[in-house]
Amino acid sequence: MKFRGKAWKFGDDIDTDAIIPGRYLVSTDPAFLAAHCMEDADPEFPDKVRAGDIIVAGKNFGCGSSREHAPVAIKGARVSCVIAHSFARIFYRNAFNMGLPILESPEAAAAIATGDDLEVDLDRGVIINHTRQATIQAQTVPPFMQQLLQAGGLMNYVRQQMAESA
Amino acid sequence: MWMKALGHAVKGNKMAMTISEKILAAHAGRSDLHPGELIEVPLDFALGNDITAPLAIEAFRKAGARKVFDRERVALIPDHFIPNKDIASAMQAKLVREFALEQQLVHYYEVGRMGIEHALLPEKGLVLPGDVVIGADSHTCTYGALGAFATGVGSTDLAAGMMTGRLWFKVPPSLKFVYRGQRRPWVGGKDLILYTIGRIGVDGARYCAMELVGEVIASLPMADRLAMSNMAIEAGAKVGIIPPDAITEEYVKGRACRPYRCYQSDADAHYEAVYEWDVSTFEPMVALPHSPENVRPVTELPRIPIQQVVIGSCTNGRFEDLEQAATLLRGRKVAPTVRCVIIPATQEIYRQALRAGLLEIFIEAEAAVSTPTCGPCLGGHMGILAAGERAVATTNRNFVCRMGHSESEVYLSNPAVAAASAITGYIVHPDEI
Repeated sequence: MKFRGKAWKFGDDIDTDAIIPGRYLVSTDPAFLAAHCMEDADPEFPDKVRAGDIIVAGKNFGCGSSREHAPVAIKGARVSCVIAHSFARIFYRNAFNMGLPILESPEAAAAIATGDDLEVDLDRGVIINHTRQATIQAQTVPPFMQQLLQAGGLMNYVRQQMAESA
Repeated sequence: MWMKALGHAVKGNKMAMTISEKILAAHAGRSDLHPGELIEVPLDFALGNDITAPLAIEAFRKAGARKVFDRERVALIPDHFIPNKDIASAMQAKLVREFALEQQLVHYYEVGRMGIEHALLPEKGLVLPGDVVIGADSHTCTYGALGAFATGVGSTDLAAGMMTGRLWFKVPPSLKFVYRGQRRPWVGGKDLILYTIGRIGVDGARYCAMELVGEVIASLPMADRLAMSNMAIEAGAKVGIIPPDAITEEYVKGRACRPYRCYQSDADAHYEAVYEWDVSTFEPMVALPHSPENVRPVTELPRIPIQQVVIGSCTNGRFEDLEQAATLLRGRKVAPTVRCVIIPATQEIYRQALRAGLLEIFIEAEAAVSTPTCGPCLGGHMGILAAGERAVATTNRNFVCRMGHSESEVYLSNPAVAAASAITGYIVHPDEI
């Protein structure tokens, strides 16, 4: 999987209330959730973000609540990929389960600025920053998580497993 | 040799393990396992609520699943925006209710019977020592206080769990937290866990199993233990586990709805890190906006005026918490500038508080007493903050916007500090009342 888009930079410990505030959890509609994605961190983000753009953040992205509405909102905003110094545990699982590509890279999190033109090769874990003419090697996606992505998320994977054992 | 390299002690042929590793190994049918390994284990219990279950039900149906793996081991608890705060939340609650009826779930609790999930499930004896429990709610780690391996997951994981009764996990490395000394008056489990998060940070235990031990824990009542395990997620942990002892047995006895097993860590088990603190000089702690790691002793705070107090939630809405608040509110009034909202966490706690005369004390003090709900904790309803307003809450998160407007502030504390602050109108040590 490859993506190219503009970077939107956020800080450390971006919690799931910042990604999608609790007051909007009255719906599971991706378009509704996307319209409020990251609005408490940057009120203009839902209007500014374009299809294919990439969120870049510091450590512990997605900490707090287990709400899957967070990756749903990010996917709904048509963000292609999230790169962070590190991810909170539940968000990390949820992203793979929902088929939202994510990459861990402390180096990328530090070096990338908002507006940078990024190209991401997810399979190889390579991030090319065209604006700064730099190439960064991120942690590659673990094999089991790759299986999940290839299956198209957890539910498809589970269905395949059940079919095989039947 | 490779075992030594991994830092594990080996006793004869048996590897020394932590309680978390033992529970996972037993469920995986393995004699041992290592942190970092991916395993698939059967689930003892799975849980969802009115916010997370709708997405799980959608994924469950999309996968073509017809029946949950066991109708006695899946609980759906409408507690977050319940009683329905608006039409949209009513639609979500209806969807969950209809699914529960269709699946003939034994543990669906309607308004009037329900409680906040993490207070309700232990109270009903549905989650037990030695269990592996998943919940589509991050505070599922609360059940670690009973010696269970309990962790929060997303809705899709819940859907897979409801469908198959199994789920994959990465075995977490364990961190040991040893609490020594003697607690001073008004210092409880909430203060110990706030101190811990303040020391290690909101990602200090990311992906790890926190194991809480020591002489202070050994004498800590169950309500305080539940409050501690509840906030393990606030340090990024996967579980916050307390090895079961006599206090656990006493709590579980008479509630347990099925057999259970108590596991203990081996003395020579491997921990990624060990933290040891003497709590003897601790004061009640307060987490300042906007992070649970921004912790200060209440005695070090300047005079901070507040407009709201919330006493409740899955962290501190238990009977003992209400009792503590009542000790301070008895014969006193909430400051005229403050709204004090008290929310018993379950219907049973509500009934107990009624019988013990606590509700009368609260009402005489001019506090508002609500039916069980998560409500204000996540900015749902029953006490939303306006711009510029400050609240002291016994809840677990004080992120920007958590309880309302982006320019509001939440200070996290124990129930005694919250009640004392409701009386004075600013944040105080209970001794100052």
